[in-house]
Amino acid sequence: MAALWTDRRRLLTGAGGLTAAAALGACANGQIVGFDKAKRSLDICNQGEPLSLDPHKAVGTWENNIIGNMFVGLTTEDAKGEPIAGMAERWETSADGLTWTFQLRRAQWSDGEACDAHDFAFAFRRILNPENMSEYASLLFPIKNAEAVASGRMETGAVGVNALDDLTLEIQLEHPAAYLPQLLMHYTAYPVPKHIVERYGDDWVQPDHIAVNGAFKLVKWWSNYIVHLERNPQFFDAANVVMENLYFYPSNDVNAAARRVLSGEAGWSTRFPSNQVEQLRRDLPGYVRVSQYLTCNYFSFNTAKAPFNDVRVRQALTMAYDRTWVAANIYRTGEQAAYSFVPPGIMEYPGTARYRWADQPIEQRRQAAERLLRAAGFGPNNPLRFEFTHRNTSDNPRVAVIVQSNWRAIAPWVTVELRGVETQVHYANLRAKNFDIGDGAWSADFNDAKNYLFLLETRTGAQNYPSYSNAEYDRLVHESDFEIDAARRGETMSRAEQIALDEAPICTSVFINSTNLVHPDLTGYEDNISDFHRARWFGIRNA
Amino acid sequence: MLAQAVRRLLLAIPTLLAIVAAAFVLMHLAPGGPFTKERQMPPEIERRLLAEYNLDQPIHVQLGHYLAGLVRGDLGPSMTYKDKDVVDIIAEGAPTSAILGLSAMALAIVVGSFLGVIAALRQNKAQDYLIMGLAIAGVCLPALVVGPIMQLFFGIQWQILPTQGLHRDEFGVVYLLLPVLTLSLPIIAIVSRLMRASMIEALRSNAIRTARAKGLPEAQVIWRHALPIAMLPVVSYAGPALAGVMAGSFVIETVFALPGIGKQFVLAAQQRDYTLVMGVVLIYSFLIILLNLAADLMYRVLDPRSRAA
Repeated sequence: MAALWTDRRRLLTGAGGLTAAAALGACANGQIVGFDKAKRSLDICNQGEPLSLDPHKAVGTWENNIIGNMFVGLTTEDAKGEPIAGMAERWETSADGLTWTFQLRRAQWSDGEACDAHDFAFAFRRILNPENMSEYASLLFPIKNAEAVASGRMETGAVGVNALDDLTLEIQLEHPAAYLPQLLMHYTAYPVPKHIVERYGDDWVQPDHIAVNGAFKLVKWWSNYIVHLERNPQFFDAANVVMENLYFYPSNDVNAAARRVLSGEAGWSTRFPSNQVEQLRRDLPGYVRVSQYLTCNYFSFNTAKAPFNDVRVRQALTMAYDRTWVAANIYRTGEQAAYSFVPPGIMEYPGTARYRWADQPIEQRRQAAERLLRAAGFGPNNPLRFEFTHRNTSDNPRVAVIVQSNWRAIAPWVTVELRGVETQVHYANLRAKNFDIGDGAWSADFNDAKNYLFLLETRTGAQNYPSYSNAEYDRLVHESDFEIDAARRGETMSRAEQIALDEAPICTSVFINSTNLVHPDLTGYEDNISDFHRARWFGIRNA
Repeated sequence: MLAQAVRRLLLAIPTLLAIVAAAFVLMHLAPGGPFTKERQMPPEIERRLLAEYNLDQPIHVQLGHYLAGLVRGDLGPSMTYKDKDVVDIIAEGAPTSAILGLSAMALAIVVGSFLGVIAALRQNKAQDYLIMGLAIAGVCLPALVVGPIMQLFFGIQWQILPTQGLHRDEFGVVYLLLPVLTLSLPIIAIVSRLMRASMIEALRSNAIRTARAKGLPEAQVIWRHALPIAMLPVVSYAGPALAGVMAGSFVIETVFALPGIGKQFVLAAQQRDYTLVMGVVLIYSFLIILLNLAADLMYRVLDPRSRAA
């Protein structure tokens, strides 16, 4: 009996100890406060794992969300995502619009070394050097000789970027580009610390080596789990930066991201599941942020082959698709139906180009579509059959079903087969022209209409998925490059867009909105069309 | 026994080579490649990228390059994560997956065996039906459902346990409670069913009849004599199953936002990161071979009959 009692006591002691240990552990690992006002930290559900934190190797918006807090280009984003002076304090443009001269502010890298015009000149040469294999280098092709250098036809020294002295940088262009301030805030145009890149090569971006010139510096990067940034005291505007620590989690699963915000373990998620929007509005009052964004979903017709080489077939199918219904019923966060290719709200763009039949009711459009198809030689004796391929992710499969039923509704002799494919495979197919009609999405890298219209230029090649080629369209888009007057340039591009809408190499679907969950006490977060939200501007309400 | 173990390990080398070759070819047969993206890159840069990773060569040459690297102990650079090598990525993910898998398996064997024995002793009684009913539920409910439900109750409703991650860039043990529990539920279910069946059989065996005839106390008969015999099927299941859970679970690591190699593996396959996929395949096959061997050695310890054979 005594033995049993001792055992029981020992057991109880052990259990007590275990409980205490667990409690201690629980305290030590106390649940994370996703938006910690006392510690000024923010836990962020980001879309995915950064493929690289080197601004010259990054390719995605989720990388931009991190890198954009670590580096500042010549220009940078304000809280609304619009360009303001960054490392450049001011700039001048020559009369022909081809030479831009930037006066840089005195600033330092996070390791205390000066960050100056030489770092910029070095960075532009590095990203355009084909040996660096930067997938996004083409964004900088408006710079003089950039394309020739990236193609290996010229030496890197030929790039039209020169440090005139420590604080003066001159950029020469191939053609006037009024959108240069927008372009220069993109990560491809960030400076990199010359002294560190030369020392460590591609490893310069590791947390032990990296130096940054932005508001936050890299502390730790644990693959597919977390990227931790902390405030950079050397940043030129460090006095006005409120947040101390930022933790980015790759959240490929939007549902898990939403649960993380619901449990209070994250203060901002860069996406949420759109089918839960009503519930999230109820459970997280003040968190749901929906804003217009730079993405257009569209379907490409393979114009290189019959029957889509016939403009009437393309027009008919474009007309008969009820995008207004899709926008309202498949997408749940107030997406707009796309009756043009360039989304509304693009800077310096009139936005007047539109499908000419856009205001007709769908029934009338369907009848017109049937007449067009009959005129193109289709009918009960010559049925129209084709395949619609789509990405099998998010809302795309559900949209495909509506597309199919819309097109079948034109006439009983129209047959549409659906095929859902993995995204990577889908884009490979589009590029290889191995499709009839294929869906796709395009998000502009910067807020300018050219960033959409170039997709349909003949010279774009494989990424011109419909293989569209129209001499007048090409001429107008090219001409717009050389137009200095912003209004006239917008007008020219708009005329080009109207041609593309009339000839329908693509069938536009909807303009996708950006969807964020943001703690209502986080200030400095402003909805904007580029969906850029730099933590430099963040602050705390009711601290 | 040692000679046998060494022989088995040597045999593992050609097995691993065959697995590597098969996985390599299968991976490359999938359409698309690591550099197929929405935005097209300049042709010169694409050409250099392909050359950098030998992707412009015929597949047997690529395989040759890969094997030559393996011999040097080099798993190569990741094709999608530009700043990291495959070894780094696996080293960052493997500890979490291993701890998660080992804990879940340990929990499952203890709880599952106990439940299985109880069910066997109370065969066809209420306790038996209850335990087996729960086991069926455990097998049927996927982690994709159980995980979020646990998060919902423990994390969001009652706010007593963290639901995601490992406490930022530290390593918080309490953060593993929910994922370990979720991961172990289906294993508990399988172990308890295996245990019940083999325990019933063991209790009917001649050895146990002899033990009882000798007048041993029932507790000793069950725990000391019947249990080791009944453990055998559990051990042969647990070996390969442990390799499976230690190599990471995509669902658990995604739902609980943990840094494991299971998630890496699935994402790498989607992104056609050939080298990373191959690295995880290699680790997984090695674990399978090693733990199968361990299971066989365990057999010899538990079952005197296998020693004679």
